[in-house]
Amino acid sequence: MTDSVLSSPLRDRIDMLRDPRLLRRALPAVSLAAILIAIFLINDRAMSYRGLDLMLKYAVPIAFATIAQMFILTVNDLDLSIGAFVGLVACIAGTWLVDQPVLCVLILAGCVASYAAVGALIHVRRLPSIVVTLGMSFVWLGIAVILMPTPGGTVPEWLKGLMSWKPPLIPFPIVACAAIALVAHVLLMESSYGAVLRGAGGNATAIDRAGWSLLRIRMSMYALAGFFGVLSGLSLIGLTTSPDAHIADRYTLLSIAGVILGGGEFVGGRVSPIGAVIGAVTLTLTGSFLIFMRISPDWQIGAQGAVLIVVLALRALIKLREGR
Amino acid sequence: MLHATEKIVSLSGMTKSFGAVRALAKVDLTVGVGECLGLVGHNGAGKSTLINLLAGTLAPDGGEIRISGQAQPAGYGVRRASALGIRCVFQELSLCPNLSVAENTRIYHKSLRGWGWRGSAAELIRRGLDEIFPGHGISPHATVGDLPIGDRQMVEIARAFTVTDSPTRLVILDEPTSSLDAVAGKQLLTYVRKLVAEGGSCLLTSHLLGDILDYCDRVVVMKDGGVVADRPAVEFDRESLVAAMGNVVSDARIKAHARVTAQRGAMPVVVKAVPKLQADQAALVAHKGEIIGLAGLAGHGQTRLLLQIFEAAGQTRADTNAAGPVALVAGDRQNDGVLHLWSIARNISVRSMRSLVNMGLIDGAAEAALASKWRERIRIRTPDIDNNILSLSGGNQQKVLFARALGSDAGIILMDDPMRGVDVGTKLEVYELIRAEAEAGRTFIWYTTEIEELNNCDHVYVMRDGQIVADIARAELTEEKVLQASFREGAQT
Amino acid sequence: MRALAARIGNKPWLLSFAGALAVWLATILFTEGKGGGQIITAALAFSTFTVIVGIGQMFVITTGPGNVDLSIPSTIALAGGVAMKIMGGQDGLIWLGLLACIGAGLAVGTFNYILIRLLKIPPIIATLSSSLIVMSVAISYGRGLQIKPPPSFADFTTAQVAGVPMLSLCAILFAMIMAVILERTVYGRATLAIGQNMRAAHLAGVKVERTRCITYLMSAAFAGLCGALLAGFSGGNALNMGEEYLLATIAVVVIGGTSVAGGRANVPGIWGAALFLYLLVTMLNTYGASAGVRLVLTGLIIIAMITLAGGDKPSR
Repeated sequence: MTDSVLSSPLRDRIDMLRDPRLLRRALPAVSLAAILIAIFLINDRAMSYRGLDLMLKYAVPIAFATIAQMFILTVNDLDLSIGAFVGLVACIAGTWLVDQPVLCVLILAGCVASYAAVGALIHVRRLPSIVVTLGMSFVWLGIAVILMPTPGGTVPEWLKGLMSWKPPLIPFPIVACAAIALVAHVLLMESSYGAVLRGAGGNATAIDRAGWSLLRIRMSMYALAGFFGVLSGLSLIGLTTSPDAHIADRYTLLSIAGVILGGGEFVGGRVSPIGAVIGAVTLTLTGSFLIFMRISPDWQIGAQGAVLIVVLALRALIKLREGR
Repeated sequence: MLHATEKIVSLSGMTKSFGAVRALAKVDLTVGVGECLGLVGHNGAGKSTLINLLAGTLAPDGGEIRISGQAQPAGYGVRRASALGIRCVFQELSLCPNLSVAENTRIYHKSLRGWGWRGSAAELIRRGLDEIFPGHGISPHATVGDLPIGDRQMVEIARAFTVTDSPTRLVILDEPTSSLDAVAGKQLLTYVRKLVAEGGSCLLTSHLLGDILDYCDRVVVMKDGGVVADRPAVEFDRESLVAAMGNVVSDARIKAHARVTAQRGAMPVVVKAVPKLQADQAALVAHKGEIIGLAGLAGHGQTRLLLQIFEAAGQTRADTNAAGPVALVAGDRQNDGVLHLWSIARNISVRSMRSLVNMGLIDGAAEAALASKWRERIRIRTPDIDNNILSLSGGNQQKVLFARALGSDAGIILMDDPMRGVDVGTKLEVYELIRAEAEAGRTFIWYTTEIEELNNCDHVYVMRDGQIVADIARAELTEEKVLQASFREGAQT
Repeated sequence: MRALAARIGNKPWLLSFAGALAVWLATILFTEGKGGGQIITAALAFSTFTVIVGIGQMFVITTGPGNVDLSIPSTIALAGGVAMKIMGGQDGLIWLGLLACIGAGLAVGTFNYILIRLLKIPPIIATLSSSLIVMSVAISYGRGLQIKPPPSFADFTTAQVAGVPMLSLCAILFAMIMAVILERTVYGRATLAIGQNMRAAHLAGVKVERTRCITYLMSAAFAGLCGALLAGFSGGNALNMGEEYLLATIAVVVIGGTSVAGGRANVPGIWGAALFLYLLVTMLNTYGASAGVRLVLTGLIIIAMITLAGGDKPSR
């Protein structure tokens, strides 16, 4: 083998590091660090195993929902039903998971399948995803309301136990979020079919011409979203005592914000699973930050909006520098 | 049979209609093993349709496709074509901009999977690029969307030649040199000859007749959905090829039309622009009524300079001034020009909306009058001006974009290589119109990648690396001078 | 005959009116003709609000993919609160309250546009973030208190002429004006051009940024106005007053025949779709459906309508 052949992959790696876009890629992590540091400065007790565990508890279901949204965004669609869907999963699990676990799993599998069917409908009839998922949000919510008109239901102990598990050294939410990010990253960014899936968001015609089925791709993405939505619902009821239909209404907007915060773009298949999880964690922490600051809870959602704007402003600044 | 050699492809009786329009009528076509076949014809002659049928992206209405002698069943599609070793580089880029070069290679090759697929894909495409375009400088891990268009086209071409599980037997190159500069274009065609010499086959379409004549073994000429000539390339020359395509007038007539212009500088300056990257103070200067040519290799800052002038319309800035309204004729019709939901009429009137306003509302009658006037003047071939713009062929869509600019109040018209992929007949009509409008006092700044077109210009600027590197008056213009300026290495002046 | 079919084909919004009519007939079939008039009156009254904000949303969506105004519900909540607080229950201050609610809308619209322009982010994200902030402002400003509207204002918003609400007549006139603006003004044409291809529109001399700015200001101003009217109509402002309008505006725009891909819009369809959606819920109520069933059927029918109307067909 000649010298040039050996050195060229190395050269490419170095070129990548010199890329000015690196800063933009690091932005989600930087903003998470900034929020964490701010919290620690205000309240040093937060920087403990217990503090982190408490602050990040709800990051797990939000991270699952954000990854679900990310799959949909990859193929240039938008899911306005994920919040209602997570709520439905919570109600289904709260109704049957304890008494009839097998039935419950079958029903949840059916939910994932219907997500894939929605993807198929959108693809085959070329429908705008916003409208179809909007309609689906009514459907999910309606079924959930029929199942559970008032908050109630039971949560299996093993699920509660899992969600409040205290592993040594690192708090559970961090372990869980890292695992979610890793799994999603391997699925979408590292696997060879993942490249095809992302390609469909970048240039669907090219993928079609290369002989891939766009229908199958869209259905896969929706099924993955449904699957992560189910995981979001299950992890959510592990944290609460009584599930209800409206438990995750805010997840729709939160999940979109999380993906964008994590460096995902709205069109063109440019997404980042690791970034999305970081975005979800950042949004979760914003709430805790306000509590530590003793700011009225009225401003909690406003603060999430503000964080989103600040990060996007930073991204715009970096892009401006790239342009030069 | 005329050609006794073995055939990689033989199509017989291919028929295809789109609605009422018959795109192909019983076309026969063969490509031999070890042959480079040139396919030429006007826009709408049926070349693209034929290529799509062969590549499997369209299904024929009738006819038989034989690959290596085997008749293909009705389900012939992209997958089958690909498995049989037929690869197609389409006119519009078919890469995913959000993926890396290596990932785009993986999309093309189903067998690139499992552990280490990324490394194999990178190695595969690197070898392909090195072989066809030595010195390309493209990293396999670069994101395609971040690459300049010329590089993207190179990746696309190199990818079509890469081989994994099924060998590449026939490569279809549909206008491959349209986004490449002259050096890369030459590298590609040289590589094609090498491949053909080794027993591969190639089907090439190009509007650059020189490429067809110099690099193809045989030329098939299409017209109105049928084949009108099929002869060895050596039996053609430029004139006879153009004649075969059905054009009475050839490009050569352009030269006879060279304008006799007044002394440069007798008229007021209407545009002055220093490119952003210009190291010295050299500027593009246009006087009223002039046709200014912008030349150089593709992607060397010409379009950027045009946009710079466009944005400065009616203003005097430090580096740019443009006296009065400016209109631009886009060359990239799909991305920069056509408003695809609108009628031909609305596509023409959009630039002039503000002058059509009467009592706060757009005057419908005036709008229709404007559109029909330009339909006559520029001869847009359509039964109804209210038809959708996409009902027109590419050349006629381009005419609509000209009508949009020329029908406006703009005294300065910028043209961003507008003749890309336009047939010779349309070109000649438009050249004449441009000259007439310039006589009437309009100023044109015309970026073109075809050196012949510069013969229409009164003054030519050559750009390289974002800078103006030569400033050539009409009288001194030669092809050699333009090429020399385009390729000169930096450092010395 | 074929010409007729082609005409209907060119007017997908007729479908929404046909749907509204069908649902109404199904309802009065059940009640055996009783209350058909009242149902129409109520449908007109409630649809008015959806139409006002829906038209703003329609212009936004028409400017192209990714353009959706998600801040409409918070703007309605904020402007309703502002208007009621300023009117303070006094007839003399109605005009000031109306100015203030439109002003509040314009302020939100300006903020939205600044975000879109300066941060160069997709409008859907810009309006999402601003909606979160606006909602916090509304919560903090109103302290959750409900203020009653001045009597004349309440009368005006609920007045009827021969069974037709006054407000609906105004909204029909308003829709007609907006239809003319869409098709016959430079602004309207610019909106349609941008929605097809922003870059091409810019190169064709369309003032892209001015048009987008007007569009976002307009949408927010309409939401502001709607907030005040809604507060007047329902006897006082409430924070969750605008909640349903996020989904409702998107639904009426799409069912009404406007393309989500941008560049194609339709004003009459907004009315048809708004009536359809309201009558649909009425029908389900009449048939005695529970809240859950109502939601499920509403969702399924929205999907059925859009599937029937077809998505973005290739324009060839």
